Amino acid sequence: MLDLDDIQYLLLNRAPARAGRYEFLSFHSAAAGRAWLSAMVEQVHSVQTMRASIADEKRWVTLAFTWNGLRALGVDEAALATFPEEFRQGMAARAEILGDTGANHPDHWVGGMADPDLHAIVLLFTRDLEEQARCQKELADLLADAPGTEVLSTLDVAAVPPLDYAHDHFGYRDQLTNLAIEGSGDEPLPGSGGLLKPGEFILGYPDELGPPTAEPQPEVLSRNGSFMAYRRLQEHVGKFRDFLAQHGETPAEQELLAAKLMGRWRSGAPLVLAPDRDDPALAADPQRNNDFNYKQDDPYGYAVPLGAHIRRVNPRDTAASINRHRMIRRGATYGPHLPDDAPEDGQERGIAAFVLCASLIRQFEFAQNVWINDKNFHELGNERDPIIGTQDGTLEFKIPTRPIRRRITGLPAFTTVRGGAYFFIPGLKALRWLAAG
Amino acid sequence: MAIPEGGFFPDEVEYGRYGPIFPKTPACYGFTIVAKIIPGREEVFREHGRTIEKAVKDQPDILAPLELHYLRWVLFEIKGETYFMYQGIFDTDFDKYTEDAVALFSQSGISTVFENLEGFPADWKTNPPAFIEFVRAHHCPSFLEYGEYPYVSADEIKKSLRVKYLVSQILDQMQ
Ligand code: HEM
Repeated sequence: MLDLDDIQYLLLNRAPARAGRYEFLSFHSAAAGRAWLSAMVEQVHSVQTMRASIADEKRWVTLAFTWNGLRALGVDEAALATFPEEFRQGMAARAEILGDTGANHPDHWVGGMADPDLHAIVLLFTRDLEEQARCQKELADLLADAPGTEVLSTLDVAAVPPLDYAHDHFGYRDQLTNLAIEGSGDEPLPGSGGLLKPGEFILGYPDELGPPTAEPQPEVLSRNGSFMAYRRLQEHVGKFRDFLAQHGETPAEQELLAAKLMGRWRSGAPLVLAPDRDDPALAADPQRNNDFNYKQDDPYGYAVPLGAHIRRVNPRDTAASINRHRMIRRGATYGPHLPDDAPEDGQERGIAAFVLCASLIRQFEFAQNVWINDKNFHELGNERDPIIGTQDGTLEFKIPTRPIRRRITGLPAFTTVRGGAYFFIPGLKALRWLAAG
Repeated sequence: MAIPEGGFFPDEVEYGRYGPIFPKTPACYGFTIVAKIIPGREEVFREHGRTIEKAVKDQPDILAPLELHYLRWVLFEIKGETYFMYQGIFDTDFDKYTEDAVALFSQSGISTVFENLEGFPADWKTNPPAFIEFVRAHHCPSFLEYGEYPYVSADEIKKSLRVKYLVSQILDQMQ
């Protein structure tokens, strides 16, 4: 059984939110940081309180800290040294490994994400925009009463219109796949990979290899915590639409091409189960919309190209030790909607995403370094993830088709990394321990 | 292909999660691990050879995920001390799939023999980073590698053999 009354809700639940706001903070002193944290900690939901209050609750708060943030709060050097090296270095220092080069490089990031003074994030999700405005004021008031805690930057997030389900600015339905973790009370849905060991995501529990080992110290700080990679990814919607128009003559061809890049139709229907025609009813059925594999169902990629986004970030039964590389995904869209018929307006819009896992290096960084950015993944030779891989216009995307495959060369970058950071997301007891100093 | 000292081409170093990635050469990816054995353990190594032989016989695809061409295990002596050389040639970029490879090595029993090397971390099963560090520290990069069929993957070789077999069947059918 998991300590559901201690684990922050975000690990196991998605809030039913249409809006939200991320605030990135810096503490001028340990005392200032602790004073602020003492006031904030009451707002944080555990899995248990979140589930119990879901019918009425309108806002959900998560708190997490960078390694520098833990130090700023007064965690001692001996304890700090027990955290994994990649977390200590921080995301910006791992840029080469993650593929954050060229326009994606930390030198170009916004919001102070590469700043060593970035200490904490308040991750607020709200049921609607009205509640977001109310909470924004509440957070500001609380900060006004906590001198020495400074806002470095903020990002407002909101669901993209016009569809009534979660989708990104490119129009893809999102938030379809959910992991089920042993002891969480969640039942695995078909295709989600069965019940996963809690230690793959939450510190202090057995993982796929056995009992927990080498956890950060002290235990009161690490237990029920997790690591969280933040990625602010700008989506170049105009470029994406131009690409579809350039390579697809009819709207149907363009839809199919969009589906091939992702591995799912924009409706969310998986190509493995609906290879030729979109099937919105299939997309909306959680019992069926994830119930597929690749090895037998689609070994050569005639349905889902070997390099498509979802086939890279979860190769399912075609990867070794797949359960050592799973990730919990959370996040939201930000920036204004670009209507279908509108030209690119140059405004920044995209996805502000979180990847949660027990080991950044084995899960998130592996996904970035190998699955997303290895040009020779599945012996593809000259490809990277068409949606989030590091693209410089020299790579291609191959679509297996009978009798001969289609090969699109000179793939543009549809996304750019605008910021990111590694956070530790402590359990509630640990938050109180940090606040007490 | 001649390889600079240290094993990397300074202008095109690619960074992996555990450090710079050793480059692919016409002879594919590979490693050459050299380490001193704990004195008196020679027979453990020879017994290990028989264990692996049996494991592969019982389950021929046990090593498939490593995308191997060849593995060689060698014991040799310098000044009365016994050393172990373990050389692998494969298509998987070991530096990239390190944890998976370590897991496979453990499952198939390949790595248990490492316990008989001096300096090998005792907690390697639960401490993959320590295992990885040992391997990186004891890897001796080649200064020259040659391939008679450069850059060809084991998969392509197996595909060609299958085509050869199918073609000979077609020819038989035409008799
Ligand atoms: C602009 C950025 C991105 C877009 C537009 C995007 C889009 C999508 C969509 C539409 C899906 C299918 C819906 C679902 O399975 O819930 C998906 C799945 C997924 N994405 Fe992304 N994604 C983005 C970034 C990322 C990043 C940064 C990661 C991790 C490093 C990631 C990892 C995953 C994973 C693990 C899945 C589930 C695949 C499966 O289980 O089959 N994505 N993504």
